[in-house]
Amino acid sequence: MSVTYIDAIRDAQYHALETDEKVFIYGQDIGKFGGAFKATKGLQDKWPGRVMDAPISEDAMVGMAIGAAIEGMRPIVEMQFADFSSVGFNQIVNNAATHFYRTGVPIPITVRMPSGGTPGSGPFHSQSIETIYSHYPGCIVLTPATVSDAYHMLLEGIAMDDPVIYCEHKFLYRWLKSDNYDGDGLPIGKARITRPGKHATVVTYSAMVHESVRAAEMLQAEGWEIEVVDLRSVKPLDTDTVIASVARTGRLLAVGEAFPWGGVTAEIVARVVKEAFHLLDAPPMRLNAKDTPIPYHPKLWAAHRPTPESIRHALKQLLAY
Amino acid sequence: MGYIEIYRISRKNEDTTMDLTKEHARKVYKAMVRARLLEAKFSSLYKAGQIVGGVYLGKGQEAVSASIGARLIPGKDIFAPLIRDQAGRTAFGEDFLDATRTYLGSVEGPMKARDGNIHRGRPKEGLIAMISHLGTSLSVLGGMLKARQIQGKMDGCVGATCIGDGATSTGAFHEGLNYVAVEKLPVVVVVADNQFAYSTPNSKQYACKDLIDRAKGYGLAGHSVDGTDTLACAAVIGQAVDAARNGEGPQMVVAKLLRLSGHGEHDDGAYIPDEVRNSHYGRDCMEVGKQQLIELDWLTEEELAEWEAAAKLEVQTAVTTAQKEAGPDPYKEDWCALARGSYRDW
Repeated sequence: MSVTYIDAIRDAQYHALETDEKVFIYGQDIGKFGGAFKATKGLQDKWPGRVMDAPISEDAMVGMAIGAAIEGMRPIVEMQFADFSSVGFNQIVNNAATHFYRTGVPIPITVRMPSGGTPGSGPFHSQSIETIYSHYPGCIVLTPATVSDAYHMLLEGIAMDDPVIYCEHKFLYRWLKSDNYDGDGLPIGKARITRPGKHATVVTYSAMVHESVRAAEMLQAEGWEIEVVDLRSVKPLDTDTVIASVARTGRLLAVGEAFPWGGVTAEIVARVVKEAFHLLDAPPMRLNAKDTPIPYHPKLWAAHRPTPESIRHALKQLLAY
Repeated sequence: MGYIEIYRISRKNEDTTMDLTKEHARKVYKAMVRARLLEAKFSSLYKAGQIVGGVYLGKGQEAVSASIGARLIPGKDIFAPLIRDQAGRTAFGEDFLDATRTYLGSVEGPMKARDGNIHRGRPKEGLIAMISHLGTSLSVLGGMLKARQIQGKMDGCVGATCIGDGATSTGAFHEGLNYVAVEKLPVVVVVADNQFAYSTPNSKQYACKDLIDRAKGYGLAGHSVDGTDTLACAAVIGQAVDAARNGEGPQMVVAKLLRLSGHGEHDDGAYIPDEVRNSHYGRDCMEVGKQQLIELDWLTEEELAEWEAAAKLEVQTAVTTAQKEAGPDPYKEDWCALARGSYRDW
């Protein structure tokens, strides 16, 4: 058997619907059509009342989920693309994320965000939104990079009592395959050492884990052993595992596909500098996408985001210091 | 109907008459009296520097607000009030202590001093806690009803929300209205068209002739009412709630009136022209309601004086109680926005 990253998302939702009658899915074109990426394929046939099509109203979709959560349900909202969650942003950060703190009533909603770039998708179907939701108190932000994590972290997120932003990378949907969903049992909040090494640490998440591993493989031929840390969730952020890795290597490169101003990579660097400055043998580095909207043309797009080549280049600079 | 007296209201330009019971009319008016007195106290406390933040009054909107709150069934229905709905909250059964504790920052209040003034509620008891971003409660209300529908727990319940003319301009309101209409949920949307959104007149807020025109566009049943006519509000809004409860789909009521205060107590509303203040809608629904009830012999001056005396005592007791209670201690606050305590290890 072979399963893909998108299969994991679909099958986790199947499992959640089957095992918890409080779970339902709400989103655009997710019913009979099965979703823009087929993440809900066949689910409405089995649970007609719990897999529901929504109008093109991201604000109302999230508001509806908040209301249902108040009533004790555990809604999953599918954004058609993470980019469009900006229309529902207010309900997520100002209503869902403040609700428990203000009223004591938890809002266990999971917002699925088809994130990240694919060739030809352009400025409005390519964005990485993990930074903006991480900024707000009250949100959990998950960024799975493997088939197993996509499956288990989605189930774990649905079971959480807080609003969960589940960033699923579109580039990984069909490209990333696995024999099954068996994982290593790491809970949300723990990072994973994807690739051990001793000369430098790359801390990254989501699709950039795979790009970073490729860069590490290129450098292996030159004798460098690069450690790659997959954060798995950016909020909570497992600072301990990051610092333990930096203690081994003395060098840090934080890689993310999001825009460069602030964000997850800046947070990693800030935490390491504050808590482990004495462990660093070189100034910590960050590598992000460029500070422009995400371009349409595949050639521009490929140069806009970090690539194995640009990660390798950054690592060479880091190692040369 | 037996002992219940019926007041039949002829509606302008319509052939129908509406039924209103004495019992319901008195319930509406009593909530109005109690809310006006409570809010007068909040205004005094604010001006005396006892309330930090803001105070937002429902002065002039009590008839509209109480009419929706009084028709809902506490413990069964859902209410999403906005900033001028003390009367509706009171009619729906919100304890005066919830209001005084939230305004005065007591940790015993429903928001534990983490949020203040009109940003309060008890969501698990069907009272949604509003956020300041207008229009957002409508889809939340819809979601609560939808959840009950999915779980087969509707049991004839109704959800209602109040909103002002300004909030009808938001995208959230549009999306929410469209949502409850598409799902045909038992929702009543009460729009208090009080002519000013903070300082902005409604000529700069909407271009349709009357906001009720929107009901048809969204697929809701529409009802217009003079928001200063207390008994008309009780009848028309009551009928809208009944229609939603009877499976006639979402209802929209637009009540024309004038805000008889500033946006908040920090604002004297000097921008409201005299000719507007002196117009028909500048009249006070409290005075109108009193006259209507006394003329019908549904209320006496003596009874009203008793209501007021009891309410003043209740207000004073609530304020004294809240003032004696502790405010929040920053050193004991857990400073955690997440519901699950085990997350603290992160």
